[in-house]
Amino acid sequence: MQVGLTSYLIVAALLFCLGLYGVLTRRNAVAILMGIELMLNAANINLVAFNRFVAPAAVAGQVFALVIITLAACEAAVGLALVMAAYRSLETIQVDEINLMKW
Amino acid sequence: MLQVAWLIPLLPFIAFWVILFRGRRLPGEGAYVAIGALGLSGLLSLVILGQVMFGGRYQATMVWAMMGDRPLAVGYAVDPLTAVMLFVVTVVGSLIFIYSVGYMHADPRYPRFFAYLSLFAASMLLLVLANNFLVLYAGWELVGLCSYLLIGFWFERPAAARASMKAFVTTRVGDFFMFLGILLLFFTVGSLQFDAVFAAVQTGSLAGPLLTLAAVLIFGGAVGKSAQIPLHVWLPDAMEGPTPVSALIHAATMVAAGVYLVARTYALFFSSPDHLALTVVAYIGGLTALMAATIGIVQDDIKRVLAYSTISQLGYMMLGLGVLGYTAGVFHLMTHAFFKALLFLAAGSVIHAMNTNDIKEMGGLAKVMPVTYVTMLVGGLALAGVPPFAGFWSKDEILLEAYHHDRTLFYLGAAGAFVTAFYVFRMIFYTFTGSLRSHTAHPHESPQVMTVPLIVLAAFSGVIGLVGAPWPLVGNMFHRFVHFEAAEGAPFDLRFAALSTAIAGAGILAAAVVYRWQLVSSATLRRVLAPAYAVLVHKYWWDEFYAVSVVRPVVWVAQQLRTFDVYAIDGAVNAIGVVFVWLSRLYRVFDLYVVDGAVNLVGWLAKAAGGRLRHVQTGRAQNYLLVIALGVIVLAVIGLTR
Repeated sequence: MQVGLTSYLIVAALLFCLGLYGVLTRRNAVAILMGIELMLNAANINLVAFNRFVAPAAVAGQVFALVIITLAACEAAVGLALVMAAYRSLETIQVDEINLMKW
Repeated sequence: MLQVAWLIPLLPFIAFWVILFRGRRLPGEGAYVAIGALGLSGLLSLVILGQVMFGGRYQATMVWAMMGDRPLAVGYAVDPLTAVMLFVVTVVGSLIFIYSVGYMHADPRYPRFFAYLSLFAASMLLLVLANNFLVLYAGWELVGLCSYLLIGFWFERPAAARASMKAFVTTRVGDFFMFLGILLLFFTVGSLQFDAVFAAVQTGSLAGPLLTLAAVLIFGGAVGKSAQIPLHVWLPDAMEGPTPVSALIHAATMVAAGVYLVARTYALFFSSPDHLALTVVAYIGGLTALMAATIGIVQDDIKRVLAYSTISQLGYMMLGLGVLGYTAGVFHLMTHAFFKALLFLAAGSVIHAMNTNDIKEMGGLAKVMPVTYVTMLVGGLALAGVPPFAGFWSKDEILLEAYHHDRTLFYLGAAGAFVTAFYVFRMIFYTFTGSLRSHTAHPHESPQVMTVPLIVLAAFSGVIGLVGAPWPLVGNMFHRFVHFEAAEGAPFDLRFAALSTAIAGAGILAAAVVYRWQLVSSATLRRVLAPAYAVLVHKYWWDEFYAVSVVRPVVWVAQQLRTFDVYAIDGAVNAIGVVFVWLSRLYRVFDLYVVDGAVNLVGWLAKAAGGRLRHVQTGRAQNYLLVIALGVIVLAVIGLTR
């Protein structure tokens, strides 16, 4: 059976929803970062799928995906660094406990 | 030198301020400054007198302010009358200043005394230099102020304080009339310059009853200042001041101002229809001359004798002016300044030695105080009118003019002359002859600083009259110098002079019979003439008359007004206060509950709304993110279903 564009899009949407769910429900900062990774990868699947099925001659989709992977790496590095810093000063990485600036 | 005549009043005026501020730190505690300033003015006055004698005249005017379209000018003028007055005021004033150094010695307010004296001299000099009514009035009021300050100089004594107030208030009554007169002239003529006013009189634009009214009103001021009936009551009380002040007030400055005023504005008086204004002047003068002289007979206070004498002599001056004897009046003003200053200073010397004013406690002082005795004798002879002393020439001239003008006035004057000689020699006999009646006093001759001015004044009193004597070849020099064109004096009459000398001699003789040889005792006289004595000793009841007719009604009205003030006006003010206090209490309640309530409500509302709404801001990024995601889903659903 030929795997079509729709299938890719459904997988990507499910993956995005899983990521969003993780971001919204998790209290652990590392888990939130992981959720964000899922959402980014869902976007990557979309880009690559559209490149393959809509404009196979172009490579713009592939390039975008590569850029996003790079960005995701950077984001993970900065995010984990922040988590490390937060842990060092506050001894927790539970986001609901980091509420120093709250009213 | 005529251009710098303004320096003459300015020098004592500067001295006044310097002494006022520097006081005891000055050489001689201010006395030398005062004497120096007035002495310089005196030298200037002498130079100016000389220049005026040789025809010098000067007048300077500048516009001070505009009243509508009428300019108010100030300025000064030098003419023979002014020059004579400058000479008299500065010379007599300087001698009195020098005398005061001795008399006021060790007084606690010594510098202030000289400051006041300087201001007094400055005011008088300003008055005589004025060439318009405005400056004259300013000087006039300053003189009044200074008299108040100096008469009340020993204000610790209630009598002195009362006397100064009496002098001030009484002269103010006269000043009020004078001010009305000046206003009348200003509104009819439109200028206060003497020249302009006299020109208006000359051309007839100011004439008739209006002119008479203006002249009489102006004369009102002179009546007050020169202590004529009925405003003479202040002068005897003014004796409460230090004796040099009495000399200054009664000889050279204050009282002379009134006579000077009439002489200065003589054109007004002269031109009034039928000489009506002059007749008023003459009769008031004549009555004053006789009445004051008679009161002088019964006074026991040496200064009060001289005070009544001053009133009487001022009456003679007015009489002289009133009977067209312009020169005679001014001449008597000048001679009187010298011999009355002499008499006062000699009396001061006696008081200084005796520590009492009562002549009945004195006696036999001639041996103890020879200089004072001789000088006072000269003054007495001059006052009595014995030739060749000063008073004779001027008084004789006045009587002569009166004789030719109006017999009634002549009889008044002649009777006054007899009484004058009588009272002054009564005083001299009481003081200097017989034996000392007081047992506590230790009289002594006064220091030189007091006797030298006496000697100088005595010399003046001896010879100053000669300038008005009818010399062969040159005639009456004073008359040629100071005269009023239309009022030429009567020629000297030898028989008349003999008559007036006889009157004076008779007065002296009568005094000697009673008080020197005591052929008739004064007690017998008092008994025989009891009704007349009662009248005299009560001074014709003038003070009592004023107490009943003026003082008591005024005090009564004042009390009524006080009652009105306390109950009606204060009550109204307090009522308004109470009403406003209640109103403001109401406003306070309104403020507290309505205005403050509204403000607080607004604040409370904002706070409550904020409290409710703050829960929206959780501070959790995940909540915001959830809202965003839901929002996206809602938007997507809306976008898809449309």
